[in-house]
This record gives sequence, C-alpha cells and structure tokens, in this order.
Amino acid sequence: MTTEMSPESEATQPPRHAGGSESPMFSSTASKVTSVLGWMSIVAIGALLTLGLLISPPEVSQGESVRLFYIHVPSAIVCLYIAFSITLVGSIIYLRNQSVFWDLVAGASAEVGVLFLAFTLATGMLWGKPTWGTYWTWDPRLTSTAVSFILYLGYLAVRRLDMDPVARSRRAAVLGIVSFANLIIIRFSVQWWRSLHQGATIDPRDTQLDDSMLASFFLGLVAMTLTFAWLVVHRFRVAWLEHQLEASQLETAIAERTAAAGPSTGLAPGGA
Amino acid sequence: MIRHAKLIAAKDLRIEVSAKVLTAQILPFGLLVLVLFGFGIPPDRRVLGTDDEASRSLLEQASPGLFWLAILFSALLAINRSFAIESVDGNLDALRLAGFDPAGVFLGKSLAVASELVVLEVIVGIGAFLLYGPPLGDPLLLGSTVLLTTGAMAFAGTLYGALGAGSRLRDTLVPLLVLPVLAPVLLAATRATESSLFEGSSSGWGWVGFLGAFCLLYLGAGILSFGSLLEET
Repeated sequence: MTTEMSPESEATQPPRHAGGSESPMFSSTASKVTSVLGWMSIVAIGALLTLGLLISPPEVSQGESVRLFYIHVPSAIVCLYIAFSITLVGSIIYLRNQSVFWDLVAGASAEVGVLFLAFTLATGMLWGKPTWGTYWTWDPRLTSTAVSFILYLGYLAVRRLDMDPVARSRRAAVLGIVSFANLIIIRFSVQWWRSLHQGATIDPRDTQLDDSMLASFFLGLVAMTLTFAWLVVHRFRVAWLEHQLEASQLETAIAERTAAAGPSTGLAPGGA
Repeated sequence: MIRHAKLIAAKDLRIEVSAKVLTAQILPFGLLVLVLFGFGIPPDRRVLGTDDEASRSLLEQASPGLFWLAILFSALLAINRSFAIESVDGNLDALRLAGFDPAGVFLGKSLAVASELVVLEVIVGIGAFLLYGPPLGDPLLLGSTVLLTTGAMAFAGTLYGALGAGSRLRDTLVPLLVLPVLAPVLLAATRATESSLFEGSSSGWGWVGFLGAFCLLYLGAGILSFGSLLEET
C-alpha cells in the first residue's frame, strides 16, 4: 500500500481540492452557511447595540449599568447552558463510538464557552462596581462562575496534553462529562454556603422590566447564541483541518521513510 | 475488584513506607503551611463581633479553613506522588497487562491516598489545635467530617490524577484540575468543622451529608471511567 504512494503527488493534492466546499475536507473554514450565520450575528449585535444603548431607558435603581445585563446574562446562559451541554453530549457520544467529529465538537464548544464565560465574568464585575461599589463580592453566582471558569480551563489544558491523541481525547471526554456534574455541584454548594451567611443580594429578576428592556434582553440572547454558533463552527473546522493535516503528515512521513530506507532494510542503522 | 484494590493499596503503601516521601516531605510541608498562615494572619488580631466571637482571635476563627487548606495543598502532593510512582517504566500498562481490574486499580490507589491523608490529617490537626487553639466542640461531627472529606479528596484526586498521568505536564496540570473540583469539598469541610468546633452541631450535619454525596458520586465516576483513563493508544 505504502509503496504505491509518491510523496510528490501527495504534496500537490491539497491545493487542487481548494474551493470544493462540498468535500468533507474543508479548504477554508468559511462556507455559505457560516457567512450567513456571521452576517446574522453582526446584524443582531448591531441591533442589540442600538436597542440596548440608545432606545431602551435606564433602569430606576441601577441606572445606566443595567445595559450590561443585555450582554452579561445572555452570554452566561450561552456558555453555562448551551456550550457546556454540547461538550457533555459530544463527550458522551465520543466515549460510545470514538467519533473524531464529536470529540472536536466538544472541544470547540468548550473553548468558545470558556471565552464567553470570561466575558460574563468581566461584564459582571464591571456591573458590580457601580451597583455594589466593588468589583468583587462573594455573591453565589459570581463565585461559582469563577470556579467553573477554572474548571473548564482545566478541560482545555487536558485537550492540549502532549500525548497520544486517542488517549488524550478519551481523557478529555471523561473530563467533559465529570466537569458538567461539577458545574452543578459547585453552583449548589456555593449557593448553600452564601444563603447561610448573608441575605440575598440584588436579584436582577426582581427589578421592573420595561418592554424595550425585555426586548433588548431577548435580542441579546439571540445575538449571543448566533455569535456562539458562528464561532463554534469555525473553531470546529480549524480543529478538523488540524486533525486532517496531522493524519496526512503522518502518512507522508511514513511514505518518505519507507522510500528512503528502500525495500530490503527494515530498521534504521543503529549504534555499533 | 476488592481483592485487586487491596493488592494495589498494599503495594502503594509499601512503596510509601520504604520511600518515606509522606513523612519526610509531605507532612513537614503541611505543618509548614500551618505556620505560614500564622504569618499571613497576625495571631493576636481580633475581630469585632458578638461577645462570643470577640473573645476569639482571627486565626482561631479561621482555623477550620486554614487546616483544610493545608490538607488540600498536601493532598495535591500526595495525589501527584501516587501517579508519579506509576509513570516510570510504563507501570500503568504493566498493571493492565497483569490483568488488574481498572475499577480495582482506582479503588486501591484511592485507598492508599486516603490512608496517607488520614495520617496527615491527624498530625496536621494536632498541629492546628496547638498553634491556633480552637475548642473541641463535637468530636463525632468532627470525626465524620474528617472521614468523608478524606474520601472525597482521595476519590476525586485519584480520578483527576489519572487524567494527567503519563504526561510531562502532570505536575502543573493536576492542581489546575483538582482545585476547582475540590473547592466545594473545602467549603463543606470548613463549614462542618466550624460548626463542630464552635457551634455544637447545628448546621454541620447538612454539610456532612453533602460530603457523603460527593464521595459516592466520585466513587461511582472513578469506578466507571477508570478503564477509559488507563487505556493508552
């Protein structure tokens, strides 16, 4: 099988595939679907900025800072409920049938999810400063979100371990499942901890919401979900290309070594 | 599975007895952390509060948390050590070739780590009582807390320790993985210990229940997943 392979023809093949978006091996990470998705995200973000910053009124008690909620809460929902659930599902499917596709989907979703989580933390702290007078308070949501952030940084670190890719993917899949359980445990324990020691902090759900505020919030949810989907698809395709490249490099390397060694010698010349 | 677990635990503890890493390095580290906390929190500083609280120094009030932090840091070393001894010469592969049940390996390694932790907790605990001087309120609640926290740390630690096994990045990866996972355990252990030392046993048993549930969850997760984690290539 390897003797028929010529390294030259292998090397020239990928450029010829360029432009063929219907082939499973992507030549670029963009496609019609993603460009539509991308434009929709940009339009949604633009509409959110207009509605959230210009049209909707400031809130009675929180003032202008309430506008942070239109991006803060949706990004929290997207990462904690959507992104890490996709990672969970991808991990379970990977452990069942070793599908590289689902392994990469789980990884891509977690990576973009962590980005959104960082964004959630940053906007939450920016909101806390004018509202609570401090960037950080030991609010249950804030605390558990920070711990979850570190939790998923650990997941991403395992995905980058220097080891056999299959064993690494299997470990990442186990971690992707256990991390989701941890997400719940952390949230529960921190909530219980704070409920014993201090009264409820300002709950955004208690405040009166104007119609345009509610609209901004739901538009924020749409914008964040679209952006998330757009980024995940691109991230997945980059990961898929990397995977293909690694596989083809290995094959090329084996072919080159076989050609260099010749048909008779099996082993490289060792020490005398 | 139980027989394999016993064999693995006995092997790990035998290695430990002959290498003396626990007594010569991890234990002194735990005690050192206790002393260093005294530098971080001035021992004679007091908090204003109710009459009961005002009579205690800040260090004494914080002693449950500081004790468990010292144990948590030492536990990280014990977990890393537990997989360092398996990383050389492809030991994990050898265990699999020898026909060991992965669940048994998980249980055995957890048991060995747990026994080491108990030794740590007793000695570091005596140190904490001597250095920080809290009262001993409810020994039964304290005992249950220590027991279940040990289990939680050993089971979760062994599961996450295995995730980093065989990688050159293990030393730095395992703390990153284990600390956020054990954060709820630290929280529960601290609250339960606080309540056992200072309050009698009002809210402490709820946290003990939480620790128990955490233990069971990680015991199950470890038994189910260790096969996938040990399998290389």
